[in-house]
Formats: sequence, structure tokens, C-alpha cells
Amino acid sequence: MIAAQALTDMAPGFADLALDAQRTFRRLMDSMAKPGRVTDLDVLVSPPVPGFEAAGAIALALLDFETPVWFPDDADGRRLANWVRFHCGCPVTTDPAAAAFALAGPHNVPQIDHFNAGDAKYPERSTTLLIVCPALVGGAAIDLTGPGIAEPLSIAPAGLSAAFWGAVAQDRARFQLGVDLVLTCGTQIVGLPRSTRISPSSAKGK
Amino acid sequence: MTIANQSNRRAYNYAYLDEQTKRMVRRAILKAIAIPGYQVPFGSREMPVPYGWGTGGIQLTAAIIGPDDVYKCIDQGADDTTNAVSIRRFFARVADVATTERTQDASIIQTRHRIPEAPLGPGQIMVYQVPQPEPLRGLEPRETETRAMHAYEEYGLQYLSLYESVAAFGRIAGGAGYPVLVDERYLMSPSPIPKFDNPKLHQSEALHLFGAGREKRVYAVPPHTDVRSLDFEDYPFEVQSWDEVCGLCGCGESYKDEVILDDAGNRMFVCSDSAYCGDRRVAGHAGPMAGHALDGLATGDDNTDDDAAAVGIEA
Ligand SMILES: [Zn+2]
Repeated sequence: MIAAQALTDMAPGFADLALDAQRTFRRLMDSMAKPGRVTDLDVLVSPPVPGFEAAGAIALALLDFETPVWFPDDADGRRLANWVRFHCGCPVTTDPAAAAFALAGPHNVPQIDHFNAGDAKYPERSTTLLIVCPALVGGAAIDLTGPGIAEPLSIAPAGLSAAFWGAVAQDRARFQLGVDLVLTCGTQIVGLPRSTRISPSSAKGK
Repeated sequence: MTIANQSNRRAYNYAYLDEQTKRMVRRAILKAIAIPGYQVPFGSREMPVPYGWGTGGIQLTAAIIGPDDVYKCIDQGADDTTNAVSIRRFFARVADVATTERTQDASIIQTRHRIPEAPLGPGQIMVYQVPQPEPLRGLEPRETETRAMHAYEEYGLQYLSLYESVAAFGRIAGGAGYPVLVDERYLMSPSPIPKFDNPKLHQSEALHLFGAGREKRVYAVPPHTDVRSLDFEDYPFEVQSWDEVCGLCGCGESYKDEVILDDAGNRMFVCSDSAYCGDRRVAGHAGPMAGHALDGLATGDDNTDDDAAAVGIEA
């Protein structure tokens, strides 16, 4: 439940509902069509947890009563859940496998195989997982190939473990199933849809 | 409240669709991009325009378009048909966008039946109006069956059909809607574009979005994605070609429409892409029929049809 006191403190959503949602979606779409590239959403919203600016804007642009959303079960997760539910009217679920969307990180990156990867006949019924990273550069290099990527490309987001990337690689191996990822930091995002094949650069002896 | 004030400025929402419908279509578009070539079903809301008018393409455009876009709409390659003009004026009004006939200047190009001749660039988005999204429908009428075929990559029926065509005609028959394999996984209908245009989808710089209104499906080909037209080693895929150059601009490489000139059966071939042909003529290219009365028509701007009346939308 949202207390009345919490409502008066509720951080605002988009200033212009239609146009801010359009601009946010369009840049997200571009990011998913061209995986691995850093895009600035350039939309000003201030979610109650710093660092979640882009993730929050994406939530406001895409979530509604049709999209169960999952948050980590911690204080930040609860603050975000209240804010998103207030602005989007979406159900909040504690079951990652029931989530259409999930917002997490940077201190609490969930195991991606707990989320819904869709099924063979309806692969679109999968979770889209937004992970806030401490930075989108400076971490271990990950090589990317696949649709939307003209030349082999590397990303190096910080804060994600080798075990996490191992799980992502396993997830990719079962395409057409898969969890679609968006890595974010502040107002920036990097799209990593399930179609993107990933491998740690070190595995090739670089 | 700010939101209420903004929506009250218009008698309708920005880009005509309500925000909830746009969110639904947007979520479907993102999944379509993540699973290239797979047909994502989207909700069952009705559009305020009749089917057959391009509702699928219009829904996609309405979901993605913003005031910074430059919008082009073509029908069979031409910008000046009644349909194309109506849809272009519709979005100019409801989405405050600039419109253009020049392929190079457009950020969103909505199309029925053609991909422009001018090469598409990064950041451009093609939106296709699709009457029948299911490439296997002609071979298998049951949706449950075709869905299973896509799920388990059972495309033998499609190859068998192409093979039978080879056996019967000595070549693979069919000119439009020729099936492709996207990223070597999903069989996809490229909509009724001529197979001449199929190679333009392969490793394209642009994002291609396909919308089917009646069937409520959206599918996508991201930029830089492999798109292979099905064929056989001994019967390779071939596109149409013409012995004649364009009568107006002299182009030898473009897709041509045949135009009957008179009752005596005189005819000429002209570029189906009217903007491309017009650009070439402005640049000084001339075909054997240059100066013909038709020369002026392709670039004419005498469309008097009213967009609101044409689509039944209250002004
Ligand atoms: Zn021409």
C-alpha cells in the first residue's frame, strides 16, 4: 500500500506524457535495433533511487496494467516499485518468472535464468530485464555479434560478474527463447536483445 | 494537472492513437526486433480506420512517430496516389511532422508494395503495410500448425512448394511476397514487395518494421541482419529484370511499371519509384520518351482529395 504521506512526496513522472514516452521509446527501439551502442535517453525524470533515470523513463514509457513488473526485495526496490506503480498502474510481482519487465541493480543483480524466457511458440512472452550498472564502461570486455551489429563490437559495463555473463551466454544459446536485456546507467542505455550473441573477450586469449 | 492540459490541446491524442494502445504496440515492436522475423501478436483493439487501408502500417507509424520525424509514404512506389497522399497528410496533421517525397530526407518511410530505389541509410525506418503476414498460410491454413512450424523451424513444406514450382515451371515461380529466412532462423514474408526488392533487406542500414492490421501481427528486420531469399543450389534466387530502360529517365536498373499509352497498344516502361525517377530527371537524365505527357504527372502536386474525408476522420 502507498501511504498518503508517500503520495505527497512522490517524484513526478514525465512532464509531457505523450511526447516524453515517444522519445524514450524511440531511443530504446534504436538501442535494441543496434545492440551494444550507448544511447542517451535525454529524458528528465527523477525516480526515487538515483541511477535509475533511464530505467525509470523506460518503465514510464512502457508499463501499464498489462505488464507485471518485478523489483528486488530491498529498500530501493520497494521505493522504485511504489513510484512505478503510482505512475503506471502496473501490477508488481514477486515472482520473476511472471514478470513482463524487471528493474534491478547495481547492488542486487538477479539471476537471469529466474526470469521468463518465453516459450517456443510464443517467445515474445519473455521478461525484459533492465539492469542499472555503476558505469557502462570500465568493466570486463564482452564481444557482441548478431542482428543490428555491422562489425564485431565490444562493451565493458561495470558491475557485472563473469557468472552473470556466463548465464547470459547460456540464455543466448537457446534462442528463440531468451531474456531481453537493457543495461543502463543514469540516463544512458545499451540494448542487448536476445538476438545478440555474446562472448567474453578474454575467452579468445586477448 | 499538466497531463490533462496537454491532452486537452487536441481533440485527439498525439499521433491519434491513445497512449495505452501505443504502449501495447511499442512493446510488441521491441519483442519483434529482439526476435528478427518472428511475428509478434499484439492486442485486439480496433483502429478507427477500415482494414485494407493499411491499418497495420498506420498503427506502427503512430506508435513510433515523433515531431522531429520527416515522413514519406508510398503506394506501389508512388508518393502521389490517393492512399499515399491521404496517409501522409494524416500524419502531418496528427503528429506535427514534416513530410517529404525524397527517400534520402525521410526518417520514416511507410510503404505498400515497394522498397525505394535510393539506398536506405542508418537511422531510417521502413514501415510496411502487410495484408498477410504468414508466409506459410497458403500452404497451411491452420494458425496452430503454422505457429508450430515456426516454433520448431519446420520449413520443409515451404521448400517442397518451391521445389514443386521448379518441377512445374522449370524455375521458382512467384514475383511478390517471396519468402525469406531472417538471420537463418525465421521464415518471413517480406510483404507483397516484388522479389526485385528482397535483396535490399539483406544487411540493410535501415530498420524494417512490418505491420498487419487484420491479423494483428508485427515483425521486424533490424539493420545489418542476414535476409536470404529461399532457393536451391541448382535454381538460385533471381530478381526480375527488364530489357527496356525507363522511358522518362533512362534508368536501366530500377523496377519498372508497364504503362499503356494508347488504344493502339503502344506502351512504355517507367520507374515504379516516382521520387527516384523525378530526381533523376531533375539531375538531367532522360529516357527515350522524355518530354512525353506522362513526364509531368509523376512530379505533379495536384492532389485535391481531402485526407480527413478519405479516411473518415473528423477534422
Ligand atoms: Zn525513371
